[in-house]
Amino acid sequence: MRSSPALIEIHGLSKHFGPFAAVDGIDLTVPGGEVLGFLGPNGAGKTTTMRMITGFLAPSAGSITIAGFDVAAAPLQARQVLGYLPEGAPLYPDMTVAGFLGFIAEVRRIDGQRRRERLDAVIDQVGLGDVLRQPIGTLSKGYKRRVGLAQAIVHEPRVLILDEPTDGLDPNQKHEVRKLIRAMARDRAIVISTHILEEVEAVCSRAVIIDRGRIIADGTPDELKARSGYHNAVVLTVPRAQAGAATEDLKDLPGVERVTRDELADGYDRYTVIPTESVSIAGAVSGLVRERGWSVRELYVLPGRLDDVFRKLTGHRQSGEAA
Amino acid sequence: MSAIWSIVRRELAGYFATPVAYVFIVVFLLLTGIFTFYLGNFFQRGQADLLAFFNFHPWLYLFLVPAIAMRLWSEEHKAGTTELLLTLPLPAYAAVIGKFLAGWIFIGIALLLTLPIWLTVNWLGSPDNGVIVAGYLGSFLMAGGFLAIGACFSGMTSNQVIAFVLSVVTCFLFIVAGVPIVLDLFTGWAPEALVSTVASLSFVSHFQGIVKGVIDLRDLVYFASMIVLWLIANGIVVELRKG
Repeated sequence: MRSSPALIEIHGLSKHFGPFAAVDGIDLTVPGGEVLGFLGPNGAGKTTTMRMITGFLAPSAGSITIAGFDVAAAPLQARQVLGYLPEGAPLYPDMTVAGFLGFIAEVRRIDGQRRRERLDAVIDQVGLGDVLRQPIGTLSKGYKRRVGLAQAIVHEPRVLILDEPTDGLDPNQKHEVRKLIRAMARDRAIVISTHILEEVEAVCSRAVIIDRGRIIADGTPDELKARSGYHNAVVLTVPRAQAGAATEDLKDLPGVERVTRDELADGYDRYTVIPTESVSIAGAVSGLVRERGWSVRELYVLPGRLDDVFRKLTGHRQSGEAA
Repeated sequence: MSAIWSIVRRELAGYFATPVAYVFIVVFLLLTGIFTFYLGNFFQRGQADLLAFFNFHPWLYLFLVPAIAMRLWSEEHKAGTTELLLTLPLPAYAAVIGKFLAGWIFIGIALLLTLPIWLTVNWLGSPDNGVIVAGYLGSFLMAGGFLAIGACFSGMTSNQVIAFVLSVVTCFLFIVAGVPIVLDLFTGWAPEALVSTVASLSFVSHFQGIVKGVIDLRDLVYFASMIVLWLIANGIVVELRKG
């Protein structure tokens, strides 16, 4: 997948607002076919970075190339191959859906027969057929978001920048939008910013976490999950009567860092066995189970959760700044 | 060019999508009527010309043109659509010019709807229609100057009321710059050059030249450069506002 040519190339990108560095030296390359999830706490610099990629803000330093076009030197060509859903999906409330999409197609110089085809296609893709003649201001949040998506993809851009595309949608709508993003991913580079971590697992082939304007993690969602303290942790549920003091036994296994115990109401105990540096301990735990002859109700390995990684990497903020 | 016209069409449709356009046109026609026939003593003057009509235009535009201009950018800033508009593949100047032209065309439409006054004066007497054409041209140019000022202030803020007030104050200064009371403040102590500079900045003195039927190149250049300079400022203001 990474062998395809890069559609987005960012080198040494920085943006200063007065003395404050909102984005501080970002390097990033996104090839076609990749859906990149851009994660970070609020104020980490996600939106500022996206605004620079789309040419809305001029960088303080660094360069951005979109499908070979330098955003600073050839802004119009770069924007022509780029679709953008700004944060909050701003739209013209007085225009009808059809009028608005027609305007976007016109500005993007999609003319004649092709305009009709493209408009029909996106209206069908995002499901706007029922509201074409309605002023955008009267639409529900879900419909507005879909109109925002439609304007971003009407010209079949090779690069798609979506700032929180599912923010404020209900679970069904979120599912629809994610399906759409996955379907569009094939030969495009798509960057979505989000703070919903399940979304990253659902649609992204790669996740980048930024904090204080810098990239602090970059990998597939699975690679990032491996950095969680809970990666390869084992969950074991056994009857309390049989394994009253299993905590000590589990702790003595090789590679085990610590063990937590939850007493369940029905006479069972649930142990979470956390390994040192994510080494695999499932074999050792099941060996112990066999040796003691416990009747196991649950035994499974945790893949690690993105939120844990996210918190571990970006959670320094409160404690760090108080110090 | 095509990008500019796309913007013009969208903005013009925007005026007519809400009652703004109709309210404006009705108020404009009502006020021109009141000013011309009541305050301007159109009939009592016994002259077959439209001086009574045109003389009030600077004061009419003082409030009405900023009202037209205030939404041009402020509305976009408020809705956040500036980000959408300025990331479309069109140069920023196309957006600035397109918005200005849309407002100007709209004022032009309102001005055209005053043609019955022209017909009336032709029916009552035999005016110099060349002078009247010049008057309309001058009025339209002056409206463009007011509009460019208003568009610039609209670009500065997401608050339409602030944009309106700042535009009215600035337009007022450009009107009164040529009024004797203001000029008297300068004569006596200021060098002659300064006085004539202040006077030459006035919308009214340039407008009155044209209304009298004297189309002086300097007056045309004055209005054209007012429009161009304020639109350049408009572009800069919008750029700076992005951060």
